[in-house]
Amino acid sequence: MRHISTVIIGAGQAGLAMSKCLSDRSVAHVVLERGEVAQSWMKDRWDSLRLLTPNWQSRLPGYKYDGPDPDGYMSMPQITGYLRDYAHVIDAPVEEHTAVHSVTSHGNNYLVRANKGVWICDNVVVASGACARPKLPQLAGAVPESIMQLSLSTYKSPDQVAKGGVLVVGGSASGVQIAAELCNAGHAVTLAVGEHIRAPRRYRGRDIQWWMDRSGILDVRVNEVDDIDRARRVPSVQLIGDPGIDSIDLNTLQAMGVSITGRLAGIQNGMAQFSGSLANHCAMSDLKIDRLLRHFDDWADRMNIPDLPDAQQLPPTLLPNPTHLMSNLKNGAIQTIVWATGYSPEFSWLKLPVFDQKGMLIHDQGIVAPGLYILGLPFMRRRKSALIDGVGGDAQALSDHLIANRNRRAA
Amino acid sequence: MTTQTQDKPVSNGVNTEALIGARGAFAEMPQAALFTFRSTCDWLNGSESRNTINGYYGLGEEHTRKEAFSISSDHPEVFAASDSAPTPPEIALSALASCLTGGVAAVAQHRGIQLHDVQCVVEGDMDMRGILGMDPDIRNGFSAVRVTFAIDADASDDDIRALVAQSQKRSTVFDLMTNPTNVHVVVA
Repeated sequence: MRHISTVIIGAGQAGLAMSKCLSDRSVAHVVLERGEVAQSWMKDRWDSLRLLTPNWQSRLPGYKYDGPDPDGYMSMPQITGYLRDYAHVIDAPVEEHTAVHSVTSHGNNYLVRANKGVWICDNVVVASGACARPKLPQLAGAVPESIMQLSLSTYKSPDQVAKGGVLVVGGSASGVQIAAELCNAGHAVTLAVGEHIRAPRRYRGRDIQWWMDRSGILDVRVNEVDDIDRARRVPSVQLIGDPGIDSIDLNTLQAMGVSITGRLAGIQNGMAQFSGSLANHCAMSDLKIDRLLRHFDDWADRMNIPDLPDAQQLPPTLLPNPTHLMSNLKNGAIQTIVWATGYSPEFSWLKLPVFDQKGMLIHDQGIVAPGLYILGLPFMRRRKSALIDGVGGDAQALSDHLIANRNRRAA
Repeated sequence: MTTQTQDKPVSNGVNTEALIGARGAFAEMPQAALFTFRSTCDWLNGSESRNTINGYYGLGEEHTRKEAFSISSDHPEVFAASDSAPTPPEIALSALASCLTGGVAAVAQHRGIQLHDVQCVVEGDMDMRGILGMDPDIRNGFSAVRVTFAIDADASDDDIRALVAQSQKRSTVFDLMTNPTNVHVVVA
């Protein structure tokens, strides 16, 4: 059994940023990693994925991109290499291939049991990621057995998808990217879309992330929004990390030949049933992006940003006519379903009474309990909390809290 | 990103505080949020029937209203009926209209938008060959439903569109018309 001040669980961007902040404050710690540094980026995503944020935005405490292509988007091998370099530069005390089995309380301390030992510590920082496992809707169980089902962790590339039609469920970044690449590979693709938010890759000559960053949208704090629960549920916007693609919204996809339907609402007798709410979901998406772009325009006017092309309005989302409400899953037209229905964190090893009735971790801006912290959740302290660029600020704040709390406990 | 500032407090006759209070209470006690609504329908004659609506279950107990409501239904003369009341699908359309309209008022109140006039027209298209069993490819229900709102309010066009969008997002009847529902019918 080993005694240490702090155990960080997970060596992705969040765990490494926390490690750097604790080293800066001379707090003894260890970073336990179930696989290798940046494991999820390396193993648990699809092959073509690139970060949705440009390279200049991958800022971490004491580290930033200084390569030749600040406006590019890292591939999965590139972000893996980037984080490994970071771990090396900050000399993070990472114990790889160390999977945590349980965290329990032990008097005023915590007991962390892993496959390679047991740690007793004052503080635990959970940095195992908001996207630890793909979420599947219950109705996945009603899909006929003849259909191959893939999730966001098992889908890798079009090569593994059988010839024939594919139903992609989910219209966030993952769903639109996968629908587009399957369509390009020659599949007849149907994309079932619920609430979603479209966005252009570039607006008035600048990357959308430049606007989000500079105008302060990403810095908004939890207490500055009306309904933080809703803000935390906002899906990822329809973006792809590819400078050659202006947008990957429903208009782009339909022009490519992807069929769009409403949200997958049910499966009965082998028939997939789609919601009739597509028009409203598209109208909401159009209103949201328009409001965001007008907000950028107002900000640019106020700041007198020079050399910007004129403000633009996006054309409205075109609705398919007719919109299909049903799809036969038993006649062979659809061979594969890809569930692009989001991710959830994995906390089954956290054996502490810190969950609500729905099994969601209860926390106040990352503070779960005395000495117990979480990092990397959507809108945890600020809108950018789940971004690589946002986790550093949160790690600074939580490590300051950890120090202050430790001093209070000692006094 | 909010609406324009108001000189007078907005009043659409919606008690937003009570609704927000209910959210807080239901977060603490989710079982109190489970409601069951019911309607009791008596056949009168031919296609005429009358629903009596009174009791409902919610907040953990049965509730009885001060008075019962009555909704009658019939078929029009072109179907050789007595046309004493609207048809069931018209009642369904009116339920959608009322649900969306009430939703517009609630969302407007929450967003600080003063409404002056709200009207919506709801149309549903039906091919009678469906209910007459003449063509299995024609459904019994509406092939399309259109809702057109006319709203006079102290807000921009986009804010009004956002009101109507949010009302759809939170509407019971919109949900049950656009999504499948399991319906169990038994003979007692």
